Amino acid sequence: MDVPVHDVLIVGGGGAGLRAAIAIAEENPEITVAVISKVYPMRSHTVAAEGGAAAVIKGNDSLDDHAYDTISGSDWLADQDAVEVLVSEAPGEMIQMEHWGCPWSREPEGEVAVRPFGGMQTERTWYAADKTGFHMLHTLFQTSLKFDSIVRYDEWFVTGLVVEDGRPQGVTAIELKSGEVHAIGAKAVILCTGGAGRVYPFTTNSAIKTGDGMALAYRAGVPLKDMEFVQYHPTGLPGTGILITEAARGEGGILVNRDGYRYLQDYDLGEPLDLDDPLHPQKRTMELGPRDRLSQAFIHERAQGRTIDGPHGDYVNLDLTHLGERTITRKIPMVRELAVRYVGVDPVTEPIPVRTVVHYMMGGIDTDVEARTLLPGLFAAGECACVSVNGANRLGSNSLTELLVYGRRAARSAAQFVGEAPDVSLATLRTEQEAARQRISDWLSTGSSGDDTVAGLRSILNDTLEEGAGIFRDESSLQRACDGIRDLKQRFEKVRLTDTSATFNYELTAALELENMLDVGEAIAHSALARTESRGSHQRTDHPERDDERFLNHSLAYQTDREPRIDYRDVVITRWPPGKRTYGTD
Amino acid sequence: MAPTDTDPGTRPVVLDVFRFLPDAETEPRFQRYEIPYQDDHVVLDALNHVKNEVDATLSFRWACRMGVCGSCGMMVNGEPRLTCEVFVSEYYPEPIRIEPLAHFPVARDLVINMEDFMEKLPTVTPWLVPADPKPVEEGEFLQSPAQLAAYKRFSMCINCMLCYSACPVYGLDDTFMGPAALALAQRYNMDSRDGAKAERANVVTSHEGIWECTYVGDCTRVCPKEVDPAGAIQMAKLSYATDWVKSMLLPGANR
Amino acid sequence: MALIDRHYVRKLPATWWLRKPTYLVFMLRELTSVFVVAYAVFLMVMIGRADEAGSFAGLFDALDSPLGLVVHLIVLAVLLFHTITWINLTPKVVVLFRDDEQVDPRLVAGANYVGWVVASVVVAWLVLR
Ligand SMILES: Cc1cc2nc3c(=O)[nH]c(=O)nc-3n(C[C@H](O)[C@H](O)[C@H](O)COP(=O)(O)OP(=O)(O)OC[C@H]3O[C@@H](n4cnc5c(N)ncnc54)[C@H](O)[C@@H]3O)c2cc1C
Ligand code: SF4
Ligand code: FES
Repeated sequence: MDVPVHDVLIVGGGGAGLRAAIAIAEENPEITVAVISKVYPMRSHTVAAEGGAAAVIKGNDSLDDHAYDTISGSDWLADQDAVEVLVSEAPGEMIQMEHWGCPWSREPEGEVAVRPFGGMQTERTWYAADKTGFHMLHTLFQTSLKFDSIVRYDEWFVTGLVVEDGRPQGVTAIELKSGEVHAIGAKAVILCTGGAGRVYPFTTNSAIKTGDGMALAYRAGVPLKDMEFVQYHPTGLPGTGILITEAARGEGGILVNRDGYRYLQDYDLGEPLDLDDPLHPQKRTMELGPRDRLSQAFIHERAQGRTIDGPHGDYVNLDLTHLGERTITRKIPMVRELAVRYVGVDPVTEPIPVRTVVHYMMGGIDTDVEARTLLPGLFAAGECACVSVNGANRLGSNSLTELLVYGRRAARSAAQFVGEAPDVSLATLRTEQEAARQRISDWLSTGSSGDDTVAGLRSILNDTLEEGAGIFRDESSLQRACDGIRDLKQRFEKVRLTDTSATFNYELTAALELENMLDVGEAIAHSALARTESRGSHQRTDHPERDDERFLNHSLAYQTDREPRIDYRDVVITRWPPGKRTYGTD
Repeated sequence: MAPTDTDPGTRPVVLDVFRFLPDAETEPRFQRYEIPYQDDHVVLDALNHVKNEVDATLSFRWACRMGVCGSCGMMVNGEPRLTCEVFVSEYYPEPIRIEPLAHFPVARDLVINMEDFMEKLPTVTPWLVPADPKPVEEGEFLQSPAQLAAYKRFSMCINCMLCYSACPVYGLDDTFMGPAALALAQRYNMDSRDGAKAERANVVTSHEGIWECTYVGDCTRVCPKEVDPAGAIQMAKLSYATDWVKSMLLPGANR
Repeated sequence: MALIDRHYVRKLPATWWLRKPTYLVFMLRELTSVFVVAYAVFLMVMIGRADEAGSFAGLFDALDSPLGLVVHLIVLAVLLFHTITWINLTPKVVVLFRDDEQVDPRLVAGANYVGWVVASVVVAWLVLR
């Protein structure tokens, strides 16, 4: 098959990728866009987002408040120019989603409804019951179907970026149903491949969140930014890691330890109000504090023996019983559905067992506010990118918003770029295609030599990161993680592959994903080792204080032949000088 | 993960799994796997145990493991189910037979080819065509909770394809648009913001559309998200038929 | 596309409707509709004839036999099956909302049952009075 060529190639059919595709198609139908995705777009993990998407819409709110919450939530590591873009473009994007049919929950008079969320001083989170990501993704996907200029490659797995002349020329990819390796040419490439939660053992993330796009960029010489910042969500179901959305606390749910005590009051998150107090749940306080602080509180409770032991490790209780059946079934029906099905608990009558769980990557491919990377013609948006609006800790419901705002910006930048870009080099694409094909066929024919299986190595990598780079880390734990990953990379060279079929060879793709996860894990461990301070989700027990003198900056991990090189770039401060993060008192 | 056997040392879970390798075989076969029992395992966990510990060549789709991405539909003892939502304990200790979703061509093992649906989907105009368009700057379209509730169920479809493998009409004649696609058309028809019902009529009321449905109703029974595609199709029949009668009685009046 | 050849295609056997209870109920409902039509035609023909003859006596005589009784019992069972399965499906088509909450589907079906009983009583009264 010959090499197909498009103007813009978008890797990823999640929220960010589809938003970008629609933006280009709307702006200029002459520009040909291709969306390539390893799963059907509607399977992308945006589908699992529950709670909502933040944007200022009500009269009692302001853009500055949204910006301040985001920046203080980020422990002042977010770039403030990027945050200002996020909050000011958010309302328009959300209304655009409404115009495309997104079934937002409504006020009695028909306006969209908003709910409170962690770390936000005003209720500004738009929601579609508790299936917000599902409705957003399907709305975007269905809307994308109306544009003839969007071509899709569904169930194609991208294996590499083709770079020549200092810019991307396209990608190499496996068509899963045939097993054939193709090259696809494009003048501009946008990476929208989502997060990498699967590098950890216990995560809310789906099987496909393996950091592929991050690794593609990293290998092409683009730095990964702020990778040490990994968000643990405080409320996952034990055993599976299935998320119980923060909306459960936004609606008034409380967290209690084994003594039935609202333990968050001991961790500088303010005073609890009575449950029948009309001000409960109080914003930026207690259960509506930021995720990093809530997850750290859980670990402290564990250390003091105040969590509850269960068959899948210890947990605390998320109590919703005071909300009543009506609120629960109308506002958070999926919470009930998930709790009943997967832990056999009906939240109407019993508290839900929950524990901390890896949820989101604040770090990612280094981009600027126009979604550009250091490689001209390569753009990135969504969870795989780091602009950065999330800094050291993302506030819940800012991510879905970020997908839209920066997905569209990436589209605009890419559309502009293709106008001036020269044609792609077909010769290079063919050479790279041949090289990729050769590598895979060699691998399939000789790959059965070693003792290690893909699943075996993956599980060691998971444990290595959890033990070395979990919620609390220190120099020796991180050094062990770095060494462990170096060792795993060597073992991976001889990983055993047993499946030699061409069609839907998911062992092969799992191996390629593992290769990507090893790169991502390496960047996480090394960036964390180098940052000798504590900030947001990065808590070093050997360096417990925030150090603005040395670390009011982003880490940039560059791949080298040996260990990654870590550089730094200053945080952009516009109007909010670094201050103390206070919750429950302001 | 420590196994939490209810009866330690008792019988394993027996899985009889449909295998088909298109590059090597012309006919499918069943392969038996025996794995340790865990009372909190869903069928998908059991398959992943096989894939990770026993036989890495078994292929099947999955992603979210929480019943929302729609990837993991399979026939479990002859019924279309989301394998991440059905527990092994429901069948244990009887053997569990796992096959690819019925009525679809099998690409490999438990992986079906659903391109047919993906091609049909765009033809029902599954997007909002605002009845009274306005720019984003003028804010949202108002929609009351009651107007939202009218179509909400039909917007809950995760495209899992269980309904297609329950529908004998689709099984006998795959030109039928099928439950999920038609339910989605009805979802937009019933949206108070939409104005493209007449436009959708071309496809929805064609021979392959709603009138091919004989109302077996099994799609609704198997739907894991309570979308009720059978109901959607009957409502579409009633609504388009009413429109047609009106247009006969009141020629010239649109809609 | 060459690839399609490599798929494994499963054909539905002619006995597909025996595979599941739901399919069987559907088939029976479809079959019973034939009875409904046939009996309606039969009745109309008989009434037409009675009309020509100027009296229903012949008709009643013809029906007043063990065979007539058995046939009518069967027809009654079949009609009941058809009506009940049909009414049970009506809430799918008629979905009512009180504000944003759906009216219990059983109420919709219940209303149909009430209507059915009332209609039957009226007809019985007309015929038997
Ligand atoms: C359970 C859960 C709940 C959440 N709830 C919220 C919430 O309420 N509010 C909020 O703001 N955020 C929430 N988040 C975070 C948010 O949902 C994600 O950050 C966001 O959806 C990521 O979107 P994305 O478009 O960047 O990537 P994804 O939706 O993950 O899509 C990635 C795409 O890239 C493709 N891809 C990846 N690798 C390859 C490859 N090698 N080749 C080809 N294609 C590839 C995939 O197929 C997929 O289409 C939640 C996250 C989780 C896990
Ligand atoms: S209607 Fe139900 S069964 Fe059919 S595809 Fe949608 S969710 Fe699945
Ligand atoms: S794995 Fe997503 S629905 Fe089952």
